[in-house]
Amino acid sequence: MWDNIKDFASEFFVTGDPLIYGADVAIVLTVVAIVSALTYFKKWKWLWREWLTTVDHKRIGIMYVIASLLMLFRGGVDALLMRTQLAMPELDFLEPEHYNAIFTTHGVIMILFMAMPLMFGLFNLVVPLQIGARDVAYPFLNSVSFWLFFMGAMLFNMSFVIGGSPDAGWLSYPPLSETMFSPGPGQDFYIWGIQISGIGSLMTGINFIVTILKMRAPGMRLMKMPMFTWSTLSSCLTIILAFPILTVTLALLFIDRYLGAHFFTLDGGGNPMMYINLIWMWGHPEVYIVVLPAFGIFSEIVATFSKKRLFGYKSMVFALMSISFFSFFTWAHHFFTMGSGANVNAFFAVTTMLIAIPTGVKVFNWLFTMYRGRLSFPTPMMWTIAFIPCFVVGGMTGVLLSVAPADFQFHNSYFLIAHFHQVLIGGVAFGFFAGLYYWWPKVFGFTLHEGIGKWAFWFWNIGFYVCFMPQYVLGLMGMTRRMNTYGWDRGWWELNLTSTIGGFLMGIGFLFQVWQILHSIKFFKKAPADPWNGRTLEWTIPSPAPLYNFATLPRVSERDPFWEEKQRREKGILPPPPPPLEPIHMPRNSGVPFVMSAFWFVAGFGFVEHWTWMAIAGLVGVAASMMVHSFNYNTDYYIPVDEIKRTEAAAAKGAV
Amino acid sequence: MAAKLRRIAAVLSLVAMAALTAGCSDKIVVLNPKGEVGKQQLDLIVISTLLCLIVIVPVLIMTFVIVWRYRQKSNSKAKYRPEWEHNSKLEMIWWGIPIVIVAILGIVTVRYTHILEPSKPLASDKEPIVIQVTSLDWKWLFQYPDQKIATVNYVQFPANVPVRFELTSDAPMNSFWIPQLGGQIYTMSGMAMKLHLIADEPGEYMGMGANFSGKDFAKMQFTAKATTTEEFDAWVKDVKRATPKLTDEGYEQLAKPGVVMGTMEFSDIPDGLFDRIVTKYGTSHEGHSRPSESSEGSEHPEHPEHSGHSGHEGMDMDGVESAVEPTQVSAHQH
Repeated sequence: MWDNIKDFASEFFVTGDPLIYGADVAIVLTVVAIVSALTYFKKWKWLWREWLTTVDHKRIGIMYVIASLLMLFRGGVDALLMRTQLAMPELDFLEPEHYNAIFTTHGVIMILFMAMPLMFGLFNLVVPLQIGARDVAYPFLNSVSFWLFFMGAMLFNMSFVIGGSPDAGWLSYPPLSETMFSPGPGQDFYIWGIQISGIGSLMTGINFIVTILKMRAPGMRLMKMPMFTWSTLSSCLTIILAFPILTVTLALLFIDRYLGAHFFTLDGGGNPMMYINLIWMWGHPEVYIVVLPAFGIFSEIVATFSKKRLFGYKSMVFALMSISFFSFFTWAHHFFTMGSGANVNAFFAVTTMLIAIPTGVKVFNWLFTMYRGRLSFPTPMMWTIAFIPCFVVGGMTGVLLSVAPADFQFHNSYFLIAHFHQVLIGGVAFGFFAGLYYWWPKVFGFTLHEGIGKWAFWFWNIGFYVCFMPQYVLGLMGMTRRMNTYGWDRGWWELNLTSTIGGFLMGIGFLFQVWQILHSIKFFKKAPADPWNGRTLEWTIPSPAPLYNFATLPRVSERDPFWEEKQRREKGILPPPPPPLEPIHMPRNSGVPFVMSAFWFVAGFGFVEHWTWMAIAGLVGVAASMMVHSFNYNTDYYIPVDEIKRTEAAAAKGAV
Repeated sequence: MAAKLRRIAAVLSLVAMAALTAGCSDKIVVLNPKGEVGKQQLDLIVISTLLCLIVIVPVLIMTFVIVWRYRQKSNSKAKYRPEWEHNSKLEMIWWGIPIVIVAILGIVTVRYTHILEPSKPLASDKEPIVIQVTSLDWKWLFQYPDQKIATVNYVQFPANVPVRFELTSDAPMNSFWIPQLGGQIYTMSGMAMKLHLIADEPGEYMGMGANFSGKDFAKMQFTAKATTTEEFDAWVKDVKRATPKLTDEGYEQLAKPGVVMGTMEFSDIPDGLFDRIVTKYGTSHEGHSRPSESSEGSEHPEHPEHSGHSGHEGMDMDGVESAVEPTQVSAHQH
């Protein structure tokens, strides 16, 4: 009996690596600490009532942000482990399998479990406030989306202590990812982690499209929407067209692995190259999904801190939409070297270059928003200014990569690695950081310490260039991606060492950000309603925003409604008095999304371990949760006028 | 034109060298090509870089100037026009400039894509030498069908003679890359890709497996050695005389996952081994593999030059089609 348990445990858990034992201990200690703290402070009910069951878009947004920052930590540690292994030639810091697992999880986590949820967090925190809505269109679905993401992310992350991490690259190309070459459960963790959170992503896409199209404040026509809302719309449209491709592709891969089908296998008429096409039909739009909202954030910030209207609004909208559209016609540029023939390669090279046009136009518009403005440089603006040169250079190397025959020399080399980190860090990460800094006071009700933030900024920026500029050269020196080690004779070690130093500088930058947040919590400084002299609706309401956002729904007649109103006030023109308060219709909290997602987790784990009984039990639980919810008629309530008055009065007092 | 660009490239690489690596442009292999294909690809890299710089440099300067000039200060003399949000003429200009640049770059790219199509034979008065490349877990097998020899983890060929690489895989996909001779192409099981390269001078060039293929992927590097024709012939004789034969069983052993430290040579190869590797997965289904007799006796196929140019240069499988029933190959054609 005891031997059986030991056998089972040695297969079930990942064993033999001191780093992983260390992680095991850390996980157990953290869980014990959290559980005992919640028990000691009697916070279990609070946790359940205020957070786990919430359908409030602001709280869901906060949970997205916290989860994604944790994932940023995990993905960042992965990155630093890799950079440590590569710092010098022929190091034995990580075994090849371990290295392969780490670059796989780094990629998956940074794109799918860091960038995506941070983006969804910002959608949730900002979009309803910007369009003058009281919540998203489907608050319950919003909660389901979050918990599916969360459970998917947990399932994926679990793989490194249970069963073993996936190690076939972040896109898991077959045949390597098929049972023939990857028999362990790692690939199944990959598939189910992404599938479960992917359903959530798709639903978020639907939710925000409907929210933006149906719930704008009276008078806010489409062409009067703030640019971040436009970028959210274009990103969500891309999501609902791209994510189904991912779901189907991974489902086919799973059918191969679970039932022995031959969609992508080497033998039996399978076609691995079809997978590569399909995954990039999702994968290329995916990078635009995450970068478009960053463009929106920069547009908001540039206008605010230039104290000037956004230049070329119509061009900006058109550029966003055309990028969404063209993103679906460039997928094959990820594998020009597959040898599809000159005509195919030429087509995809040109479509890729076309995207540079609207992107370039956006840069010019940002510059001309600043032109003849009055620029100030608090942290959100600093990230924005740093973004422009970084993204311009990253975009240029992207155009170089799109030149198909030249790509034969860049492909799979560190040149490519440097390029996509430059656009993903310089574009997406800088953008989301800028957004977080910008909207932080509105979301949390306190301001962040600017000085520490500036330290973080400089560490990140200097670290970025020290880390990635050498990688362009390494690529031209012939160093290919995903190598776990290299020889002394190659002459690569100086640049690799430099790159590693840069990586650690960014790590220090991250620590500064953590310190900045903790410091600002400790030395709590209440945020005013309008800390940046803002232009859009979210700055008209108290910080943090009350549960119902707007006591009375605003009326909009121009693009920067709050800015224009402030201008009129200065001239002595007062706005009409707000209409009388009315009871506000709000959605009721529900535990179903959490429970249902937990059942998805159970089902996913059953599929991963090939324990059919568990998978079925999980799916039955999912179905039962849906039934329970569909018979629940008690889903909404009204906030009485008295309570609104009390809340508004308290907020007004706090703001003074 | 091309020569001039190459000189510009040399200057650029000098600058890169000075700025970044203090002393060794030789190491930046992509900027230091030793073969016609690599040189043309470098031309293209230089052209596209220059075209991009036309936009990038002014944008970077503008960014700096605008940020500096319009920063907030108490006695700023710079204009402030908070309502200014649209100017059709200006916007036409910056829609126009990238459109023109992309149009030029697009035309250049399309032309070069056809010129540098890897499956297209290189213009040369010499007969190309054929080398059949198989990526295995985790080593490279090179077969010389005309010389009937094989090597592992290094490949040798005469300089100034076009080399026609035929590439396949008996393991997860990899990518065959000799940066100084020219760009890479994937090695994929079930198909024979073609890559034409030529070395302009003798030398030892770094070869990389460029696509991740599992555990010991980092060990999949090889040396590409270009020699004079005489040296090459002498080397072939040496290999013929002094090394063991590669048999079918020997290949099975070699194909098993594992690393080959150093290199290997074989004085003989089984008939049609490469074709059997290519068709192996196209026909097998969990043990129902095609009897190997069908390809036995068929000499290594001549390389009919006609077959690569019937409109789809990419995945043609000349010499293989004859040995396999068409339905079984069709999955790998367009």
